[in-house]
Amino acid sequence: MTSPRLRTRKLDIRSGLIDLSHGAGGRASSQLIDEIFRAAFDNPFLDQGNDQAAFDVPAGRMAMSTDSYVIWPLFFPGGDIGSLAVHGTINDLAMAGARPLHLAASYILEEGFPLADLQRIAVSMGRAASAAGVAIVTGDTKVVERGKADGVFITTTGIGIVPAGLDLSGNRARPGDHVILSGSIGDHGVAVMSTRSSMGFETEILSDSAALHGLVAEMVEAAGPSLRLLRDPTRGGLAATLNEIAQQSRCGFLIDESKIPVRPDVVAACELLGLDPLNVANEGKLVAVIDPSATDALLAVMRAHPLGRQASFIGKVTDDDQYFVQMTTSFGGGRIVDWLAGEQLPRIC
Amino acid sequence: MKYIDEYRDGDLARSIAARIASEAIASRHYKFMEFCGGHTHAISRYGIADLLPSNVEMVHGPGCPVCVLPIGRIDDAIRLAMRPGVTLCTYADLMRVPASGGANLLKAKAAGADIRMIYSSMDAVLIAEAEPARHVVFFAIGFETTTPSTALSIGLARRKQLTNFSVFCNHVLTPVAIRAILGTANLPNGKNILVDGFIGPAHVSTVIGTAPYVELAAEFTKPVVVAGFEPLDVVQAILILIRQVNEGRSDVENQYIRAVTAEGNLIAQRAIAEIFELRDMFEWRGLGDLPASALRLRAAYAQFDAEQRFEIITAPAADNPACECGDVLRGLKKPAECKLFGTVCSPETPMGSCMVSPEGACAAHWTYGRFRDKAKAGAIRAAA
Repeated sequence: MTSPRLRTRKLDIRSGLIDLSHGAGGRASSQLIDEIFRAAFDNPFLDQGNDQAAFDVPAGRMAMSTDSYVIWPLFFPGGDIGSLAVHGTINDLAMAGARPLHLAASYILEEGFPLADLQRIAVSMGRAASAAGVAIVTGDTKVVERGKADGVFITTTGIGIVPAGLDLSGNRARPGDHVILSGSIGDHGVAVMSTRSSMGFETEILSDSAALHGLVAEMVEAAGPSLRLLRDPTRGGLAATLNEIAQQSRCGFLIDESKIPVRPDVVAACELLGLDPLNVANEGKLVAVIDPSATDALLAVMRAHPLGRQASFIGKVTDDDQYFVQMTTSFGGGRIVDWLAGEQLPRIC
Repeated sequence: MKYIDEYRDGDLARSIAARIASEAIASRHYKFMEFCGGHTHAISRYGIADLLPSNVEMVHGPGCPVCVLPIGRIDDAIRLAMRPGVTLCTYADLMRVPASGGANLLKAKAAGADIRMIYSSMDAVLIAEAEPARHVVFFAIGFETTTPSTALSIGLARRKQLTNFSVFCNHVLTPVAIRAILGTANLPNGKNILVDGFIGPAHVSTVIGTAPYVELAAEFTKPVVVAGFEPLDVVQAILILIRQVNEGRSDVENQYIRAVTAEGNLIAQRAIAEIFELRDMFEWRGLGDLPASALRLRAAYAQFDAEQRFEIITAPAADNPACECGDVLRGLKKPAECKLFGTVCSPETPMGSCMVSPEGACAAHWTYGRFRDKAKAGAIRAAA
């Protein structure tokens, strides 16, 4: 039925807008997928044009994770919603020690969204996936009426292979274990915040958005079964991550504020905005809990990796039936590091 | 960060703490009130209690603007926000303050009210200018620190000839509150707290100066040391207070000389005086009705006064009967002594305003200090 001649007029990416026909499942939908997503993601699975991707899997354990991205603004210093949607889901897999294999991507597009922005996002996703050695093998696109969404929302789902014998889980921290942080905290949240027009401040801070599975592979290689768990401190920051682990493992933490790397410009921005860097989101950092015997070896491989150069031993797991995360402040006193009540920054991922 | 790290230096803190320990007379107890929520926050966040000897005690004062706002005024703000065509602009820490019947601004927003969180009162003026079809009300709260910016915003709205901007004014005055704490006359139940001295406000004093405290210090023979909000400011102020007590003095001293002068910021004072005048009476949560303790817009600025435009008459509204915010705000009780603390009242589900604002005594103790409520915690820290 489809006449090849009808397909010759390409999408007007420079000035075109998403309209309801792009989500109606007809020719316009198909053209959008071909010219924007297939072009950007470029892999044989998508080229088959099926509603799913079928592939062989090795024996053993797999990890699976999904995440939705609603960040605003869509483009921010150091990344955009596309690269973030790739890195975020890869990192969720990597925190199980998994080698990410494939991603699926779903888009909810608002009527009127510029095609140029969509292409920019898709190209960024394609680049991020390709740099991470992962293919976006299937996906979906829906369009909703103007006002029913905010530009674009993306959901990515990933699967990965867990190395044999590795069991990383949030319930495995034991009193006496060491806590390692891979680098400076707060960069992502502050970078996003700085782009909001109402904030009225400028920084050179870039989001730390990055895929961590390469770093994780080297950590697993170096520390193996001594590694108890990994967690990436995204929404809620380092504070939320440590509190989650404390609840899961029924333990406490005692960390040392002076050992936690924070960039001076992040400190300054947080001072200005009344934020605590411990609550601010990261998208390219991880926390490792490890048997103390392997700390030195782990720190050595982390510091040799570009994403772990500032890796730091920040504290220990404690025996605490109230699951408190406590911190010795750089001032010399003690305090709790608590979850944040409510939202500190709206829509940062 | 320069000009910040200097005031958070752990080594300096330990040396001042050592002097406090050596100068505090072992046979007596020192009880000081930090008036401001900013000091409460610093004391909790930096664990300053750990640096003080056991006979030096800090009690929290009422200087948290969110905490002293009575429920009736939050009810008013919610009713305003629910009116068709009204956009209510507010500082974010008011969003979760409990109003009557379990309501709050966050829930009102979810129910469809146009409530916007802003960082500066000037943003409310800009929103009014950009959206002439909306009537924008700025929910103005705070002590003398935030009053000048509200005054300047009203001035800006007038220069821009905006007819769709007004202010719901809840600005209150610090010296009156200190007098209420020191005197018994106005306290609802006649109870009073005996403190040996005050850490005086930081940011408030940049505006009003140190002069307003002189009369108070002399009249009640209590020393006042105005101090900055950084942790070293606080420990240094405590040392100065101990010296005053030991020497039998009750002077006003200024630790915060990098920002505060005796006369304060005269430009800001003029901006306030141009637009605001004293109210006869205003209700404070915890302190009750205090005469001449709050501000309203002068008649010349009536068009910018939301209370007049919308004919707001605040109805009294009772706190949760078990909530002890009142006693906490007067320093009569510590947060953990309230039955609700940590049981039904937490920052996620605050029953009283002291649990909402980061400057509130209950929220600060819950967020940073509650591990001290269990003796066991000390053992954990020692063992780790």
